[in-house]
Amino acid sequence: MLDIRGLRAKAGNKEILRGIDLHVGAGEVHAIMGPNGSGKSTLAHVLSGRENYEVTGGEVIYRGEDLLAMSPEMRAREGIFLAFQYPVEIPGVSTTYFLKAAMNAVRKHKGLEELDAMEFLALIKEKLKLVKMDQVLINRPLNEGFSGGEKKRNEILQMAVLDPVLALLDETDSGLDIDALRVVAGGVNALRRPDRAMIVITHYQRLLNYIVPDFIHVLFEGRIIKSGTKELALELESRGYDWLKGGAAAVQ
Amino acid sequence: MIATESKERYIAAFEQSQSNGNGAAPAWLKKLRRDGIASFAAQGFPTPKDEEWKYTSVEPIASLPLAQSQGSERGIDADEMIAQSFADATCPRLVFINGVWTREFSFAPGLPRGVRLTSLAELIKQDEPLLSEQLGRHANYRRQAFVALNTAFMGDGAVVIIPPGCCLAQPIYLIYISSPGAGPLVSHPRTLIFLGAGSEAKIIESYVGVDEGAYFCNAVTELIGAADSLADYYRLQREGRSAFHTGTFDADLDRGAHLTAHAVTLGGSLIRNNVHVALNGEGAECVLNGLYLGEGKQHIDNFTEIDHLKPRATSFELYKGILNGAAHGVFNGKIVVHKDAQKSDARQVNKNLLLSANAVVNTKPQLEIYADDVKCSHGSTIGQLDADALFYLRTRGLGVAEARSLLSFAFAGDVVGRIKVDSLRRQLDDYLAVQFRRV
Repeated sequence: MLDIRGLRAKAGNKEILRGIDLHVGAGEVHAIMGPNGSGKSTLAHVLSGRENYEVTGGEVIYRGEDLLAMSPEMRAREGIFLAFQYPVEIPGVSTTYFLKAAMNAVRKHKGLEELDAMEFLALIKEKLKLVKMDQVLINRPLNEGFSGGEKKRNEILQMAVLDPVLALLDETDSGLDIDALRVVAGGVNALRRPDRAMIVITHYQRLLNYIVPDFIHVLFEGRIIKSGTKELALELESRGYDWLKGGAAAVQ
Repeated sequence: MIATESKERYIAAFEQSQSNGNGAAPAWLKKLRRDGIASFAAQGFPTPKDEEWKYTSVEPIASLPLAQSQGSERGIDADEMIAQSFADATCPRLVFINGVWTREFSFAPGLPRGVRLTSLAELIKQDEPLLSEQLGRHANYRRQAFVALNTAFMGDGAVVIIPPGCCLAQPIYLIYISSPGAGPLVSHPRTLIFLGAGSEAKIIESYVGVDEGAYFCNAVTELIGAADSLADYYRLQREGRSAFHTGTFDADLDRGAHLTAHAVTLGGSLIRNNVHVALNGEGAECVLNGLYLGEGKQHIDNFTEIDHLKPRATSFELYKGILNGAAHGVFNGKIVVHKDAQKSDARQVNKNLLLSANAVVNTKPQLEIYADDVKCSHGSTIGQLDADALFYLRTRGLGVAEARSLLSFAFAGDVVGRIKVDSLRRQLDDYLAVQFRRV
């Protein structure tokens, strides 16, 4: 589904991704871990099309297409979803209004008919249950005055509504207490499907107790320095990242 | 030079109107008109040398050939114009064409006893005592040239009187339509709104005009809110594309009176809105909400001034502007807290969104505080659409144009959401949704 080959990217003059190789197949959940500043969030944003980063090398093939040639909105319509670490607040637009516009943009692209207000309401009510969100919240301005947990739930709600092929979850656990984490992870797990892949970016092993990945990759200084299965997370928890950093230095 | 010649033309036109019988009026009104033209003669048209007109040149207005309005022109599609005014067909209204009351489009069914909704010209004929008591007492013609002009030439407009204790549920619409015929047109509509003690009303003043032909609408409204009255006032401006509009709104609030005044500016080419509120009684409160949208070469100047004259009065002001093309927006927010106005609470916010590199905004808060126990704050911003928000929307599948229009709509929505008349809010929402789709 997704093939990242030798991907390099920089922000300003600083090279942040320095040759990433990653293969993600349908139905797989990959976790990307690593210390702060290793390039995890940059990878998520480059895959979503953020213009602040300049891709300087490599390629990304998504379902046979050149992903890097697509605009952010085209990637979204083709099924890529980024759950933001810091969701943006937009006063003046309710979540409902925004989400209906987004969903209809995606449906239009797929050649499907736009949903009317009643159909949309029925759909959103069902998805709200998934993230245990109150309907009152989605009639308020998008993310404005939402708690950290509410914002993250809103991200997962959007994911549920937009029905992506590939979901990128950028530090979805940051700032969440354990109860909120359980709810958010529960929502994500309910959305796991054989035809849907996920890349879960996290700093902490904690999230992976709830969203159990098929593969784990350690990102350090813009490269994947270690890949493994879910057991790697436990090893990282007990030993930290330092034992791997030595190896990375040796590789260089 | 143009301004001086034009001034002389206005003065000559005034003298002519007095001599040919158009000036027939009670003695007090004749004197008021004379005072008006004398004040105008003394002041002349404002120039950018005047601090309060620093960013706005009225030369295009001064150079417009002068032709007094003669009322309804033939060929005007009044229904179309009324629809443009965001009116609600079920509500009482007065309609004016080129400054003159037009009976056939006006109606006022089932108004409560004592409520008066009448043309000013009719009331002048009856020599209603309230007119001589209130007209010209609030909008200061001695200090403002355009108020002076309006006062000199005032002939028709709307008068709304709400008796004490009366609560009027239905909003009242005052619709001013401009439609110049062969030549240019100048009109000076005058509105007087009087809310008796403890009364409550919603009043919508709407200015619309045709796109073809130049005209100048110089409107003045005085609103008097007696003790504990509650006014929800709207001023919508959707003049024609080539129109000049100077609008003055002057409110005087007594003890415990509350006024919310919304100013929505959409049309016209050169626009100046003057809003002045005198918080003239203890605990009086005013809320000023403003929204201005400029595109092309539109010039929109909002000058607001709030006088805190008595203790414990509050004022909240939120003006937002969205400017595209080579539009020029100006906001001046003056707040004066006078010596006796202890415990005043005044807050002012002006936010501007620039959608193009050629759009310009000048924003200037102006606080003068002569009391020592007050709360006052102000803030202004000028910015482009937020890049993070744009990216966020695009990652959800919205195209760039769609994302920009949604964010612009959201920016305006903050003000539109404060409109309490449902039908008006809905119509404005629909209008804005269409407008921003073009951006």
